[in-house]
Amino acid sequence: MEKRVTFRGWMLPLLLIAPQVLVSAVFFFYPAAQAIWQSLFIPDPFGLSSQFVGLGNFEFLLGDKFYRAAFVTTAVFSLLVTLCSMIPALFLAVIADRLIKGSGVYRTMLIWPYAVAPAVAGVLWLFMFNTRVGVVSWYLGQLGYDWNHVLNGGEAMGLVVVASAWGRISYNFLFFFAALQSVPRSVIEAAAIDGAHFWRRFFTIVLPLLSPTAFFLLVVNVVYAFFETFGVIHTITGGGPQQSTTILVYKVFSDGFVGQDLGSSSAQSVILLVVVGLLTVIQFKYVEKRVHY
Amino acid sequence: MAQTHGMVEKRGVGIWLTHAFMILGVLVIFFPIWLAFVASTVTQPEIVRPPMPLWPGDQFWENYSAALFSGVNVPVATMLFNSLVMALGIAIGKIIISLLSAFAIVYFRFPGRHVFFWMIFITLMLPVEVRIVPTFEVVAGFGMLNSYGGLIFPLIASATATFLFRQFFLTIPDELAEAARVDGARPMRFFWDIVIPMSRTNIAALFVILFIYGWNQYLWPLLITTDPEMNTIVMGIKQMFPSGDDVAEWPVIMATSILAMIPPVIVVVSMQRLFVRGLVDSEK
Repeated sequence: MEKRVTFRGWMLPLLLIAPQVLVSAVFFFYPAAQAIWQSLFIPDPFGLSSQFVGLGNFEFLLGDKFYRAAFVTTAVFSLLVTLCSMIPALFLAVIADRLIKGSGVYRTMLIWPYAVAPAVAGVLWLFMFNTRVGVVSWYLGQLGYDWNHVLNGGEAMGLVVVASAWGRISYNFLFFFAALQSVPRSVIEAAAIDGAHFWRRFFTIVLPLLSPTAFFLLVVNVVYAFFETFGVIHTITGGGPQQSTTILVYKVFSDGFVGQDLGSSSAQSVILLVVVGLLTVIQFKYVEKRVHY
Repeated sequence: MAQTHGMVEKRGVGIWLTHAFMILGVLVIFFPIWLAFVASTVTQPEIVRPPMPLWPGDQFWENYSAALFSGVNVPVATMLFNSLVMALGIAIGKIIISLLSAFAIVYFRFPGRHVFFWMIFITLMLPVEVRIVPTFEVVAGFGMLNSYGGLIFPLIASATATFLFRQFFLTIPDELAEAARVDGARPMRFFWDIVIPMSRTNIAALFVILFIYGWNQYLWPLLITTDPEMNTIVMGIKQMFPSGDDVAEWPVIMATSILAMIPPVIVVVSMQRLFVRGLVDSEK
Protein backbone atom coordinates (compact mmCIF):
# COMPACT_ATOMS: atom_id res chain seq x y z
CA MET A 1 0.00 0.00 0.00
CA GLU A 2 1.37 3.39 -0.98
CA LYS A 3 0.29 6.97 -0.47
CA ARG A 4 -0.87 8.76 -3.59
CA VAL A 5 -0.05 12.16 -2.13
CA THR A 6 3.52 12.67 -1.04
CA PHE A 7 5.81 15.56 -0.34
CA ARG A 8 8.73 16.53 -2.52
CA GLY A 9 12.37 16.51 -1.60
CA TRP A 10 14.82 13.89 -0.44
CA MET A 11 17.04 15.71 2.05
CA LEU A 12 14.33 16.01 4.68
CA PRO A 13 13.20 12.35 4.61
CA LEU A 14 16.79 11.17 4.82
CA LEU A 15 17.25 13.43 7.81
CA LEU A 16 14.07 12.09 9.42
CA ILE A 17 15.02 8.48 8.95
CA ALA A 18 18.63 9.01 10.01
CA PRO A 19 18.22 8.50 13.78
CA GLN A 20 16.57 5.13 13.37
CA VAL A 21 19.00 4.00 10.70
CA LEU A 22 21.93 5.10 12.82
CA VAL A 23 20.74 3.34 15.97
CA SER A 24 19.90 0.19 13.98
CA ALA A 25 23.26 0.20 12.24
CA VAL A 26 25.35 0.68 15.37
CA PHE A 27 23.42 -1.45 17.84
CA PHE A 28 21.83 -3.94 15.52
CA PHE A 29 23.48 -4.56 12.17
CA TYR A 30 27.06 -4.22 13.31
CA PRO A 31 26.59 -6.58 16.31
CA ALA A 32 24.58 -9.05 14.20
CA ALA A 33 27.26 -9.08 11.50
CA GLN A 34 29.86 -9.40 14.22
CA ALA A 35 28.03 -12.44 15.63
CA ILE A 36 28.04 -14.10 12.22
CA TRP A 37 31.71 -13.26 11.68
CA GLN A 38 32.81 -14.45 15.12
CA SER A 39 30.96 -17.69 14.66
CA LEU A 40 33.52 -18.63 12.01
CA PHE A 41 36.50 -18.31 14.36
CA ILE A 42 37.93 -19.90 17.45
CA PRO A 43 39.76 -17.36 19.62
CA ASP A 44 42.88 -18.57 21.44
CA PRO A 45 42.59 -18.84 25.24
CA PHE A 46 44.26 -15.45 25.76
CA GLY A 47 42.01 -13.66 23.30
CA LEU A 48 45.02 -12.37 21.38
CA SER A 49 44.35 -13.99 18.06
CA SER A 50 41.75 -16.21 16.56
CA GLN A 51 41.79 -18.96 14.04
CA PHE A 52 39.42 -19.25 11.13
CA VAL A 53 37.52 -22.52 11.36
CA GLY A 54 34.76 -22.01 8.82
CA LEU A 55 31.71 -23.89 9.95
CA GLY A 56 33.75 -25.72 12.60
CA ASN A 57 31.88 -24.12 15.47
CA PHE A 58 28.57 -25.22 14.02
CA GLU A 59 29.80 -28.74 13.38
CA PHE A 60 31.05 -28.90 16.92
CA LEU A 61 27.75 -27.60 18.31
CA LEU A 62 25.62 -30.04 16.36
CA GLY A 63 27.80 -32.89 17.61
CA ASP A 64 27.90 -31.56 21.17
CA LYS A 65 25.62 -33.52 23.46
CA PHE A 66 25.18 -30.55 25.79
CA TYR A 67 23.99 -28.35 22.95
CA ARG A 68 21.62 -30.99 21.67
CA ALA A 69 20.34 -31.40 25.21
CA ALA A 70 19.71 -27.63 25.36
CA PHE A 71 17.66 -27.95 22.16
CA VAL A 72 15.53 -30.69 23.66
CA THR A 73 15.21 -28.73 26.92
CA THR A 74 14.07 -25.66 24.99
CA ALA A 75 11.50 -27.65 23.05
CA VAL A 76 10.07 -29.27 26.19
CA PHE A 77 10.16 -25.98 28.08
CA SER A 78 8.41 -23.93 25.38
CA LEU A 79 5.77 -26.58 24.82
CA LEU A 80 4.99 -26.77 28.53
CA VAL A 81 4.99 -22.99 29.01
CA THR A 82 2.66 -22.59 26.05
CA LEU A 83 0.23 -25.24 27.29
CA CYS A 84 0.34 -24.13 30.93
CA SER A 85 -0.39 -20.54 29.96
CA MET A 86 -2.98 -21.09 27.22
CA ILE A 87 -5.24 -23.71 28.79
CA PRO A 88 -5.91 -21.90 32.10
CA ALA A 89 -6.28 -18.64 30.17
CA LEU A 90 -8.87 -20.14 27.85
CA PHE A 91 -10.72 -21.64 30.80
CA LEU A 92 -10.80 -18.29 32.64
CA ALA A 93 -11.82 -16.42 29.51
CA VAL A 94 -14.72 -18.81 28.89
CA ILE A 95 -15.93 -18.31 32.45
CA ALA A 96 -15.49 -14.53 32.30
CA ASP A 97 -17.37 -14.45 29.01
CA ARG A 98 -20.40 -16.06 30.66
CA LEU A 99 -20.62 -13.27 33.19
CA ILE A 100 -22.43 -10.14 32.28
CA LYS A 101 -21.63 -8.29 35.47
CA GLY A 102 -18.25 -8.16 37.10
CA SER A 103 -16.09 -9.37 34.25
CA GLY A 104 -14.36 -5.96 34.26
CA VAL A 105 -13.31 -6.38 37.89
CA TYR A 106 -11.98 -9.87 37.26
CA ARG A 107 -10.16 -8.69 34.19
CA THR A 108 -8.44 -5.95 36.16
CA MET A 109 -7.32 -8.48 38.73
CA LEU A 110 -6.18 -10.97 36.13
CA ILE A 111 -3.96 -8.60 34.16
CA TRP A 112 -1.71 -7.84 37.13
CA PRO A 113 0.73 -10.69 36.53
CA TYR A 114 1.40 -9.43 33.00
CA ALA A 115 2.99 -6.32 34.47
CA VAL A 116 5.29 -8.37 36.70
CA ALA A 117 8.72 -8.78 35.12
CA PRO A 118 9.75 -12.39 34.40
CA ALA A 119 12.71 -11.98 36.74
CA VAL A 120 10.45 -10.74 39.55
CA ALA A 121 8.01 -13.58 38.85
CA GLY A 122 11.01 -15.88 39.23
CA VAL A 123 11.77 -14.43 42.67
CA LEU A 124 8.12 -14.79 43.78
CA TRP A 125 7.94 -18.44 42.77
CA LEU A 126 11.38 -19.17 44.14
CA PHE A 127 10.17 -17.77 47.44
CA MET A 128 7.13 -20.06 47.51
CA PHE A 129 9.15 -23.15 46.66
CA ASN A 130 12.38 -22.28 48.45
CA THR A 131 13.72 -25.46 50.03
CA ARG A 132 14.27 -23.77 53.41
CA VAL A 133 11.54 -21.17 53.84
CA GLY A 134 9.04 -21.76 51.01
CA VAL A 135 5.43 -22.03 52.07
CA VAL A 136 4.41 -24.42 49.32
CA SER A 137 7.45 -26.66 49.75
CA TRP A 138 6.82 -26.71 53.51
CA TYR A 139 3.22 -27.86 53.06
CA LEU A 140 4.35 -30.40 50.49
CA GLY A 141 6.77 -31.64 53.12
CA GLN A 142 3.90 -32.00 55.58
CA LEU A 143 2.13 -34.12 52.98
CA GLY A 144 5.20 -36.30 52.82
CA TYR A 145 6.58 -34.97 49.55
CA ASP A 146 10.17 -33.83 49.72
CA TRP A 147 10.41 -30.90 47.27
CA ASN A 148 13.92 -29.98 46.18
CA HIS A 149 14.26 -28.21 42.86
CA VAL A 150 17.93 -27.51 43.63
CA LEU A 151 18.75 -31.19 43.20
CA ASN A 152 15.86 -32.57 41.19
CA GLY A 153 15.95 -31.59 37.51
CA GLY A 154 12.29 -32.45 36.88
CA GLU A 155 11.11 -30.28 39.75
CA ALA A 156 13.39 -27.47 38.60
CA MET A 157 11.85 -27.66 35.14
CA GLY A 158 8.34 -27.69 36.60
CA LEU A 159 9.07 -24.62 38.66
CA VAL A 160 10.54 -22.53 35.84
CA VAL A 161 7.65 -23.58 33.58
CA VAL A 162 5.01 -22.49 36.07
CA ALA A 163 6.81 -19.24 36.90
CA SER A 164 7.16 -18.44 33.17
CA ALA A 165 3.59 -19.39 32.32
CA TRP A 166 2.08 -17.44 35.20
CA GLY A 167 2.42 -13.92 33.71
CA ARG A 168 1.47 -15.20 30.28
CA ILE A 169 -1.92 -16.38 31.54
CA SER A 170 -2.92 -12.71 31.77
CA TYR A 171 -1.78 -12.00 28.26
CA ASN A 172 -3.51 -15.02 26.75
CA PHE A 173 -6.62 -14.34 28.79
CA LEU A 174 -6.98 -10.84 27.27
CA PHE A 175 -6.76 -12.18 23.73
CA PHE A 176 -9.09 -15.12 24.33
CA PHE A 177 -11.57 -12.92 26.12
CA ALA A 178 -11.63 -10.38 23.28
CA ALA A 179 -12.08 -13.21 20.75
CA LEU A 180 -14.93 -14.74 22.76
CA GLN A 181 -16.69 -11.41 23.02
CA SER A 182 -16.68 -11.13 19.25
CA VAL A 183 -18.31 -14.53 18.66
CA PRO A 184 -21.74 -13.63 17.23
CA ARG A 185 -24.43 -14.23 19.85
CA SER A 186 -26.94 -15.18 17.20
CA VAL A 187 -24.94 -18.28 16.25
CA ILE A 188 -24.72 -19.37 19.87
CA GLU A 189 -28.43 -18.78 20.39
CA ALA A 190 -29.36 -20.71 17.29
CA ALA A 191 -27.41 -23.67 18.63
CA ALA A 192 -29.02 -23.22 22.03
CA ILE A 193 -32.47 -23.32 20.45
CA ASP A 194 -31.49 -26.55 18.73
CA GLY A 195 -30.83 -27.92 22.19
CA ALA A 196 -27.04 -27.91 22.18
CA HIS A 197 -25.84 -27.62 25.77
CA PHE A 198 -22.96 -25.42 26.85
CA TRP A 199 -20.01 -27.76 26.29
CA ARG A 200 -21.37 -28.98 23.00
CA ARG A 201 -21.75 -25.37 21.82
CA PHE A 202 -18.25 -24.69 23.06
CA PHE A 203 -16.56 -27.52 21.17
CA THR A 204 -18.55 -27.31 17.94
CA ILE A 205 -18.96 -23.55 17.51
CA VAL A 206 -16.86 -21.44 19.83
CA LEU A 207 -13.59 -23.36 19.68
CA PRO A 208 -13.38 -23.41 15.86
CA LEU A 209 -14.06 -19.65 15.84
CA LEU A 210 -11.27 -19.20 18.35
CA SER A 211 -8.72 -21.15 16.35
CA PRO A 212 -7.11 -18.13 14.61
CA THR A 213 -6.56 -16.49 17.99
CA ALA A 214 -5.28 -19.73 19.45
CA PHE A 215 -2.81 -20.20 16.61
CA PHE A 216 -1.59 -16.64 16.92
CA LEU A 217 -1.10 -17.09 20.68
CA LEU A 218 0.69 -20.37 20.09
CA VAL A 219 3.36 -18.68 17.98
CA VAL A 220 3.66 -15.67 20.27
CA ASN A 221 3.98 -17.84 23.37
CA VAL A 222 6.64 -20.02 21.81
CA VAL A 223 8.62 -16.89 20.93
CA TYR A 224 8.15 -15.70 24.51
CA ALA A 225 9.33 -19.01 25.97
CA PHE A 226 12.38 -18.98 23.72
CA PHE A 227 13.59 -15.46 24.36
CA GLU A 228 11.93 -13.70 27.23
CA THR A 229 12.19 -16.27 29.97
CA PHE A 230 15.87 -15.71 30.64
CA GLY A 231 15.05 -13.76 33.81
CA VAL A 232 12.96 -16.59 35.25
CA ILE A 233 15.65 -19.19 34.68
CA HIS A 234 18.49 -16.99 35.87
CA THR A 235 16.73 -16.13 39.14
CA ILE A 236 15.35 -19.58 39.95
CA THR A 237 17.77 -22.24 38.76
CA GLY A 238 20.69 -20.63 36.95
CA GLY A 239 20.24 -23.31 34.29
CA GLY A 240 20.73 -26.17 36.73
CA PRO A 241 20.71 -28.70 38.21
CA GLN A 242 23.07 -30.40 35.73
CA GLN A 243 21.90 -28.08 32.96
CA SER A 244 18.39 -29.49 33.15
CA THR A 245 16.89 -26.00 32.71
CA THR A 246 19.50 -24.59 30.32
CA ILE A 247 17.52 -23.37 27.34
CA LEU A 248 19.23 -22.10 24.17
CA VAL A 249 19.19 -18.41 25.11
CA TYR A 250 20.57 -19.25 28.52
CA LYS A 251 23.39 -21.20 26.92
CA VAL A 252 24.34 -18.26 24.68
CA PHE A 253 24.72 -16.26 27.87
CA SER A 254 26.51 -18.87 29.94
CA ASP A 255 28.94 -19.91 27.18
CA GLY A 256 29.59 -16.34 26.05
CA PHE A 257 29.81 -14.46 29.34
CA VAL A 258 30.52 -17.06 31.98
CA GLY A 259 32.50 -19.50 29.85
CA GLN A 260 34.05 -16.80 27.61
CA ASP A 261 33.76 -19.10 24.59
CA LEU A 262 32.95 -16.40 22.05
CA GLY A 263 33.13 -18.52 18.91
CA SER A 264 30.66 -21.05 20.20
CA SER A 265 28.40 -18.42 21.73
CA SER A 266 28.29 -16.52 18.41
CA ALA A 267 27.54 -19.68 16.47
CA GLN A 268 24.68 -20.33 18.89
CA SER A 269 23.44 -16.79 18.29
CA VAL A 270 23.44 -17.45 14.56
CA ILE A 271 21.48 -20.68 15.01
CA LEU A 272 18.96 -18.82 17.18
CA LEU A 273 18.78 -16.14 14.51
CA VAL A 274 17.65 -18.78 12.04
CA VAL A 275 15.08 -20.06 14.53
CA VAL A 276 13.69 -16.55 15.10
CA GLY A 277 13.62 -16.01 11.35
CA LEU A 278 11.49 -19.13 10.89
CA LEU A 279 9.14 -18.18 13.69
CA THR A 280 8.77 -14.67 12.27
CA VAL A 281 7.94 -16.03 8.83
CA ILE A 282 5.25 -18.25 10.34
CA GLN A 283 3.89 -15.30 12.28
CA PHE A 284 3.79 -13.06 9.20
CA LYS A 285 2.23 -15.67 6.97
CA TYR A 286 -0.53 -15.90 9.48
CA VAL A 287 -0.84 -12.16 10.06
CA GLU A 288 -1.15 -11.55 6.33
CA LYS A 289 -4.07 -13.94 6.22
CA ARG A 290 -5.73 -12.20 9.10
CA VAL A 291 -5.32 -8.77 7.54
CA HIS A 292 -6.90 -9.87 4.26
CA TYR A 293 -10.00 -11.23 5.95
CA MET B 1 -27.29 -6.68 27.09
CA ALA B 2 -29.85 -8.79 28.91
CA GLN B 3 -31.73 -9.28 25.68
CA THR B 4 -28.77 -10.32 23.61
CA HIS B 5 -27.59 -12.68 26.32
CA GLY B 6 -31.07 -13.86 27.22
CA MET B 7 -31.14 -17.20 25.52
CA VAL B 8 -27.83 -18.56 26.72
CA GLU B 9 -27.61 -16.84 30.05
CA LYS B 10 -27.35 -19.00 33.13
CA ARG B 11 -29.42 -18.07 36.12
CA GLY B 12 -29.45 -19.01 39.78
CA VAL B 13 -26.96 -21.69 40.77
CA GLY B 14 -25.18 -21.56 37.44
CA ILE B 15 -24.24 -17.91 37.73
CA TRP B 16 -22.99 -18.34 41.30
CA LEU B 17 -20.95 -21.32 40.30
CA THR B 18 -19.43 -19.29 37.49
CA HIS B 19 -18.54 -16.49 39.90
CA ALA B 20 -17.09 -19.04 42.31
CA PHE B 21 -14.83 -20.49 39.61
CA MET B 22 -13.76 -17.02 38.60
CA ILE B 23 -12.92 -16.01 42.15
CA LEU B 24 -11.00 -19.22 42.65
CA GLY B 25 -9.05 -18.55 39.47
CA VAL B 26 -8.26 -14.99 40.51
CA LEU B 27 -7.14 -16.18 43.98
CA VAL B 28 -4.81 -18.79 42.53
CA ILE B 29 -3.32 -16.35 40.03
CA PHE B 30 -2.99 -13.70 42.71
CA PHE B 31 -1.50 -15.89 45.44
CA PRO B 32 2.22 -15.35 44.61
CA ILE B 33 1.75 -11.57 44.79
CA TRP B 34 -0.20 -11.81 48.03
CA LEU B 35 2.48 -13.99 49.60
CA ALA B 36 5.20 -11.56 48.54
CA PHE B 37 3.24 -8.73 50.10
CA VAL B 38 2.75 -10.65 53.36
CA ALA B 39 6.47 -11.50 53.46
CA SER B 40 7.27 -7.81 53.06
CA THR B 41 5.33 -6.95 56.23
CA VAL B 42 6.69 -9.52 58.71
CA THR B 43 10.02 -10.10 60.43
CA GLN B 44 12.86 -12.29 59.20
CA PRO B 45 12.42 -14.88 62.03
CA GLU B 46 8.75 -15.29 61.07
CA ILE B 47 9.83 -16.30 57.59
CA VAL B 48 12.80 -18.53 58.32
CA ARG B 49 10.72 -20.66 60.70
CA PRO B 50 8.17 -22.07 58.26
CA PRO B 51 5.36 -22.00 57.69
CA MET B 52 5.28 -18.25 57.39
CA PRO B 53 2.03 -16.44 58.22
CA LEU B 54 -0.47 -15.87 55.40
CA TRP B 55 -1.76 -12.59 56.80
CA PRO B 56 0.21 -9.29 56.79
CA GLY B 57 2.22 -8.36 59.88
CA ASP B 58 3.08 -4.95 61.34
CA GLN B 59 6.57 -4.46 59.88
CA PHE B 60 5.46 -2.67 56.72
CA TRP B 61 7.26 0.64 57.34
CA GLU B 62 10.35 -0.97 58.79
CA ASN B 63 10.88 -3.29 55.81
CA TYR B 64 9.99 -0.82 53.10
CA SER B 65 12.10 2.00 54.52
CA ALA B 66 14.99 -0.45 55.04
CA ALA B 67 14.68 -1.44 51.37
CA LEU B 68 14.18 2.05 49.97
CA PHE B 69 16.87 3.86 51.92
CA SER B 70 19.56 1.28 52.62
CA GLY B 71 18.80 -1.83 50.54
CA VAL B 72 21.47 -4.53 50.33
CA ASN B 73 24.10 -3.33 47.87
CA VAL B 74 22.50 0.00 47.07
CA PRO B 75 19.31 1.76 48.22
CA VAL B 76 16.28 0.53 46.29
CA ALA B 77 15.30 4.16 45.71
CA THR B 78 18.40 4.48 43.49
CA MET B 79 17.45 1.37 41.55
CA LEU B 80 13.88 2.64 41.13
CA PHE B 81 15.22 5.88 39.70
CA ASN B 82 17.50 4.02 37.28
CA SER B 83 14.60 1.84 36.13
CA LEU B 84 12.44 4.89 35.62
CA VAL B 85 15.08 6.62 33.49
CA MET B 86 15.62 3.47 31.46
CA ALA B 87 11.92 2.75 30.90
CA LEU B 88 11.09 6.35 29.99
CA GLY B 89 14.19 6.63 27.79
CA ILE B 90 13.28 3.49 25.86
CA ALA B 91 9.59 4.39 25.52
CA ILE B 92 10.08 8.03 24.53
CA GLY B 93 13.21 7.44 22.44
CA LYS B 94 11.61 4.65 20.47
CA ILE B 95 8.41 6.60 19.88
CA ILE B 96 10.26 9.68 18.61
CA ILE B 97 12.61 7.92 16.20
CA SER B 98 9.80 5.70 14.94
CA LEU B 99 7.40 8.58 14.35
CA LEU B 100 10.04 10.39 12.32
CA SER B 101 11.11 7.43 10.22
CA ALA B 102 7.56 6.21 9.63
CA PHE B 103 6.63 9.71 8.45
CA ALA B 104 9.59 9.73 6.06
CA ILE B 105 8.75 6.29 4.67
CA VAL B 106 5.05 6.98 4.16
CA TYR B 107 5.04 10.60 2.99
CA PHE B 108 8.13 10.83 0.81
CA ARG B 109 9.61 9.14 -2.23
CA PHE B 110 13.33 9.30 -1.77
CA PRO B 111 16.25 7.26 -3.10
CA GLY B 112 16.90 4.11 -1.12
CA ARG B 113 13.48 4.19 0.51
CA HIS B 114 12.90 0.49 0.01
CA VAL B 115 16.37 -0.41 1.22
CA PHE B 116 15.80 1.51 4.44
CA PHE B 117 12.38 0.00 4.81
CA TRP B 118 13.77 -3.52 4.62
CA MET B 119 16.66 -2.59 6.85
CA ILE B 120 14.22 -1.58 9.55
CA PHE B 121 12.03 -4.57 8.85
CA ILE B 122 14.85 -7.02 9.53
CA THR B 123 15.43 -5.59 12.99
CA LEU B 124 12.01 -6.94 13.94
CA MET B 125 13.44 -10.40 13.89
CA LEU B 126 16.34 -10.36 16.29
CA PRO B 127 15.76 -9.88 20.02
CA VAL B 128 18.64 -8.46 22.03
CA GLU B 129 19.07 -11.82 23.75
CA VAL B 130 20.39 -13.27 20.52
CA ARG B 131 23.11 -10.73 19.88
CA ILE B 132 24.23 -10.02 23.43
CA VAL B 133 27.97 -10.70 23.14
CA PRO B 134 28.72 -8.41 20.16
CA THR B 135 26.26 -5.75 21.36
CA PHE B 136 28.01 -5.80 24.70
CA GLU B 137 31.35 -5.28 22.91
CA VAL B 138 29.96 -2.32 20.95
CA VAL B 139 28.61 -0.66 24.08
CA ALA B 140 31.84 -1.35 25.97
CA GLY B 141 33.80 0.09 23.02
CA PHE B 142 31.84 3.34 23.27
CA GLY B 143 32.61 3.45 27.00
CA MET B 144 28.88 3.22 27.70
CA LEU B 145 28.99 0.50 30.36
CA ASN B 146 27.27 1.69 33.53
CA SER B 147 25.55 4.54 31.73
CA TYR B 148 21.95 5.35 30.87
CA GLY B 149 22.89 5.56 27.19
CA GLY B 150 24.19 2.00 27.33
CA LEU B 151 20.99 0.85 28.99
CA ILE B 152 18.71 2.60 26.52
CA PHE B 153 20.15 2.70 22.99
CA PRO B 154 20.55 -1.01 22.19
CA LEU B 155 16.93 -1.56 23.19
CA ILE B 156 15.47 1.09 20.92
CA ALA B 157 17.08 -0.51 17.88
CA SER B 158 14.01 -2.42 16.82
CA ALA B 159 11.26 -1.74 14.38
CA THR B 160 7.96 -2.68 16.00
CA ALA B 161 6.96 0.91 16.67
CA THR B 162 7.97 2.08 13.18
CA PHE B 163 5.70 -0.52 11.67
CA LEU B 164 2.83 0.39 13.86
CA PHE B 165 3.05 4.06 12.93
CA ARG B 166 3.52 3.23 9.27
CA GLN B 167 0.32 1.15 9.33
CA PHE B 168 -1.50 3.98 11.03
CA PHE B 169 -0.18 6.77 8.77
CA LEU B 170 -1.35 4.82 5.73
CA THR B 171 -4.91 5.12 7.03
CA ILE B 172 -4.77 8.93 7.30
CA PRO B 173 -6.91 10.28 4.42
CA ASP B 174 -4.90 11.58 1.46
CA GLU B 175 -7.11 14.66 1.33
CA LEU B 176 -5.42 16.02 4.45
CA ALA B 177 -1.97 15.89 2.90
CA GLU B 178 -3.41 17.27 -0.33
CA ALA B 179 -4.97 20.22 1.47
CA ALA B 180 -1.77 20.89 3.36
CA ARG B 181 0.19 20.89 0.12
CA VAL B 182 -2.27 23.21 -1.61
CA ASP B 183 -2.02 25.56 1.36
CA GLY B 184 1.74 25.51 0.89
CA ALA B 185 2.35 23.97 4.31
CA ARG B 186 5.80 22.55 4.74
CA PRO B 187 6.00 18.82 5.48
CA MET B 188 7.09 19.32 9.08
CA ARG B 189 4.15 21.64 9.72
CA PHE B 190 1.82 18.94 8.41
CA PHE B 191 3.61 16.38 10.58
CA TRP B 192 3.33 18.52 13.67
CA ASP B 193 -0.19 19.94 13.19
CA ILE B 194 -2.02 16.98 11.64
CA VAL B 195 -0.13 13.71 11.94
CA ILE B 196 0.95 13.94 15.59
CA PRO B 197 -2.45 15.00 16.97
CA MET B 198 -4.15 12.25 14.98
CA SER B 199 -1.71 9.64 16.34
CA ARG B 200 -2.25 10.58 19.98
CA THR B 201 -4.08 7.39 20.98
CA ASN B 202 -1.59 5.18 19.16
CA ILE B 203 1.29 6.99 20.82
CA ALA B 204 -0.27 6.55 24.26
CA ALA B 205 -1.03 2.87 23.71
CA LEU B 206 2.48 2.24 22.50
CA PHE B 207 3.92 4.16 25.40
CA VAL B 208 2.22 1.80 27.87
CA ILE B 209 3.63 -1.27 26.13
CA LEU B 210 7.12 0.15 25.74
CA PHE B 211 7.28 1.43 29.31
CA ILE B 212 6.59 -2.07 30.63
CA TYR B 213 9.01 -3.58 28.13
CA GLY B 214 11.75 -1.22 29.30
CA TRP B 215 10.98 -1.52 32.99
CA ASN B 216 11.00 -5.33 32.90
CA GLN B 217 14.34 -5.74 31.10
CA TYR B 218 16.65 -8.14 32.90
CA LEU B 219 19.48 -9.62 30.86
CA TRP B 220 20.76 -6.40 29.33
CA PRO B 221 21.06 -4.37 32.57
CA LEU B 222 22.56 -7.47 34.20
CA LEU B 223 25.40 -7.40 31.68
CA ILE B 224 26.19 -3.74 31.43
CA THR B 225 25.61 -2.38 34.93
CA THR B 226 28.51 -3.74 36.96
CA ASP B 227 28.33 -0.74 39.29
CA PRO B 228 25.52 -1.27 41.86
CA GLU B 229 24.74 2.45 41.63
CA MET B 230 23.50 1.83 38.08
CA ASN B 231 21.49 -1.34 38.78
CA THR B 232 17.86 -1.33 37.74
CA ILE B 233 15.38 -2.70 40.25
CA VAL B 234 14.31 -5.74 38.24
CA MET B 235 17.88 -7.01 37.87
CA GLY B 236 18.93 -5.69 41.29
CA ILE B 237 16.64 -8.04 43.23
CA LYS B 238 18.68 -11.05 42.25
CA GLN B 239 21.83 -9.23 43.39
CA MET B 240 20.30 -8.96 46.86
CA PHE B 241 20.51 -12.71 47.39
CA PRO B 242 23.67 -13.61 49.28
CA SER B 243 26.12 -15.98 47.69
CA GLY B 244 26.94 -19.12 49.62
CA ASP B 245 25.14 -20.26 52.72
CA ASP B 246 24.02 -16.95 54.19
CA VAL B 247 20.28 -16.61 54.65
CA ALA B 248 18.60 -14.13 52.33
CA GLU B 249 16.96 -11.11 53.94
CA TRP B 250 13.54 -12.12 52.75
CA PRO B 251 11.40 -9.25 54.09
CA VAL B 252 13.61 -6.64 52.38
CA ILE B 253 13.88 -8.69 49.18
CA MET B 254 10.12 -9.18 49.02
CA ALA B 255 9.49 -5.49 49.74
CA THR B 256 11.79 -4.75 46.80
CA SER B 257 9.87 -7.20 44.60
CA ILE B 258 6.63 -5.41 45.45
CA LEU B 259 8.23 -2.03 44.73
CA ALA B 260 9.52 -3.39 41.41
CA MET B 261 6.04 -4.36 40.26
CA ILE B 262 4.13 -1.30 41.44
CA PRO B 263 4.99 1.12 38.59
CA PRO B 264 4.17 -1.27 35.72
CA VAL B 265 1.05 -2.50 37.51
CA ILE B 266 -0.15 1.07 37.99
CA VAL B 267 0.48 1.80 34.32
CA VAL B 268 -1.34 -1.34 33.17
CA VAL B 269 -4.31 -1.07 35.50
CA SER B 270 -4.90 2.69 35.19
CA MET B 271 -4.50 2.68 31.42
CA GLN B 272 -6.19 -0.65 30.86
CA ARG B 273 -8.04 0.36 27.74
CA LEU B 274 -4.95 1.83 26.10
CA PHE B 275 -2.91 -1.14 27.25
CA VAL B 276 -5.21 -3.70 25.66
CA ARG B 277 -5.27 -1.65 22.50
CA GLY B 278 -1.49 -1.32 22.46
CA LEU B 279 -1.14 -5.05 22.98
CA VAL B 280 -3.43 -5.87 20.09
CA ASP B 281 -1.82 -3.21 17.87
CA SER B 282 1.75 -4.22 18.51
CA GLU B 283 1.11 -7.89 17.86
CA LYS B 284 -0.78 -7.30 14.63
